[in-house]
Amino acid sequence: MKIRKSKGEVIFDILIVLFMLLMIVITLYPFWYVITCSFSDSNHLIGDKGLMLLPQGFSLSAYQSVLKNPNIAVGYRNTLFIVVVGTAVNVFMSSLAAFVLTRRQFAIKKVMMTMIIITMYFSGGLVPTYLVVYKYLGLGNTLWALILPGAINTYNMIIMKTNFASIPSSIEESAQIDGANEIVLLFRIVLPLSIPIIAVMVLFYGVAHWNSWFNAMIYIRKPALYPLQLRLREILLINDTSTMTAGSNASDKYNIGESIKYATIMVATVPILVVYPFIQKYFVKGMMIGAVKG
Amino acid sequence: MERVLMSTKLETPGLGARIKRELIKNRYIYLLALPVIAYYIIFCYWPMFGLVIAFKQYELGKGIFDSKWVGLKYFIEFFKSRNCLRLIGNTLGISLYDLIAGFPAPIIFALLLNEIRSSKFKRTVQTITYLPHFISLVVLCGMITDFFAAEGIITKILMKFGGAQINYLGAPKYFKTIYVTTNIWQGIGWGSIIYLAALSGISPELYEAATVDGAGRFRQLLAVTLPGIAPTIVIMLILRMGQLMSVGFEKIILLYNPGTYETADVISSFVYRRGIGESAQYSFSSAVGMFQSVINLILLLGANFLSKRFSGNSLFK
Repeated sequence: MKIRKSKGEVIFDILIVLFMLLMIVITLYPFWYVITCSFSDSNHLIGDKGLMLLPQGFSLSAYQSVLKNPNIAVGYRNTLFIVVVGTAVNVFMSSLAAFVLTRRQFAIKKVMMTMIIITMYFSGGLVPTYLVVYKYLGLGNTLWALILPGAINTYNMIIMKTNFASIPSSIEESAQIDGANEIVLLFRIVLPLSIPIIAVMVLFYGVAHWNSWFNAMIYIRKPALYPLQLRLREILLINDTSTMTAGSNASDKYNIGESIKYATIMVATVPILVVYPFIQKYFVKGMMIGAVKG
Repeated sequence: MERVLMSTKLETPGLGARIKRELIKNRYIYLLALPVIAYYIIFCYWPMFGLVIAFKQYELGKGIFDSKWVGLKYFIEFFKSRNCLRLIGNTLGISLYDLIAGFPAPIIFALLLNEIRSSKFKRTVQTITYLPHFISLVVLCGMITDFFAAEGIITKILMKFGGAQINYLGAPKYFKTIYVTTNIWQGIGWGSIIYLAALSGISPELYEAATVDGAGRFRQLLAVTLPGIAPTIVIMLILRMGQLMSVGFEKIILLYNPGTYETADVISSFVYRRGIGESAQYSFSSAVGMFQSVINLILLLGANFLSKRFSGNSLFK
């Protein structure tokens, strides 16, 4: 059935399209601004920069200083370790939890689930957690302090559990008739059947690790163990570009510092921007699964 | 978990044998569950137990058990302090501001997205507006600091509309607005997903029936679309209620400075400073943190109760 559009509806449609175009500009412009600034000659960034629609006095010097900087390199290495190992631990632990909580014959399943749900709504809070991790477990100044305390994100785990529960029980039963125990069942049947949700989990946890900074700030005091985001904070928010501009004369320091800021943002964000278009649909899928569950 | 089993074991004789049988029968499941149980006990329940230090004069050397009980001393100290009102006021102020401006934004955005006819354009808008969600908070706050500075791009734009050339982030009266608007900028697209999911669940037949009945697009929005996503809105609102007494400290800590404490300092950032950042008043800061989470829990359960009573929607099924 073709519905004839009234004049009012046509105007409404046009307004929506215009509004959405505005949303796109508002969303993308800040990124574009950072990109153009990072490629600009730092002397052009002082005073009125204008809208920066194109780089002013194209220059790669900011990137050269950033990439040559040993602190950034060390930060990158630490972050990569946290992302890879942390995500592996996350996915492994969440799978275990989701798996045991979907076993019907598991007697303490209900109690366990209740105890887990409680932690979503009430927790010890910042200071007691800090004391346990730092003082009692002695994880301070190790990268494990950034990996173990958040090993399971209960919300993600429930998404996974919902997914495991949707695997037809006949498949699992036939495996068990063939003599497979639960460990075999998990690693040979359930996980291979759940590759899409595992991909979503890898992305959820991976991005969270890449972006996290607060735990590093409270648990890591040794600069050699700083992850990238903590270095970034020094440069962007505490305005400490001194280590990067060492050697240049005083009047140049401020100028170079300006463009270095933007280049550092880019260096830390490009990995996400590059993978984003590919992973975006998986993220959305993961959100939907969680949403349906409520 | 084990403790629960043990205590029931004493009450009913014969249960011991049944537990043993269960443990043997499901030994592999218990083996797989062990790391999970250990994780939740160590990283969730131990800190929760550690909250008793809020009622004790905790000393590191003595540990949790041997420190002296002081009752409600630290709670009273907090309530009597000059900080108390300011912190509660700021926390509620930012939360409510964020709720009133930030809660409807993704709903309206989702409704408008839903009205786009070209699915390709719709997907493009979605892909682009989800992007800010993935940007790290440090980068976002770095950008905010730069853009709102006296020479910053947003300041420049504001000046075109008659704004002053100042560092907006350094002025206490603008802090809450900057905090809330940048939250919306980062979250509007991502936040709309859950409503889009709800929208896609509405049966097309309802729209057809409404069209047959002569309802226009706006009428359909009121009569079909909004009731269709109402349960989702209610659930999201309940969850927001449970967060009313807390403002995430990460963004605050990245954006505030002593000059803006009067409007920017919230309970959680205060807890961080007193407990870890600037001093090590473990008991006092735990007490303040506990006060906050208890209020949150009460608000969450209260909102959930009201919702269950009046709309039938509840977090717990």
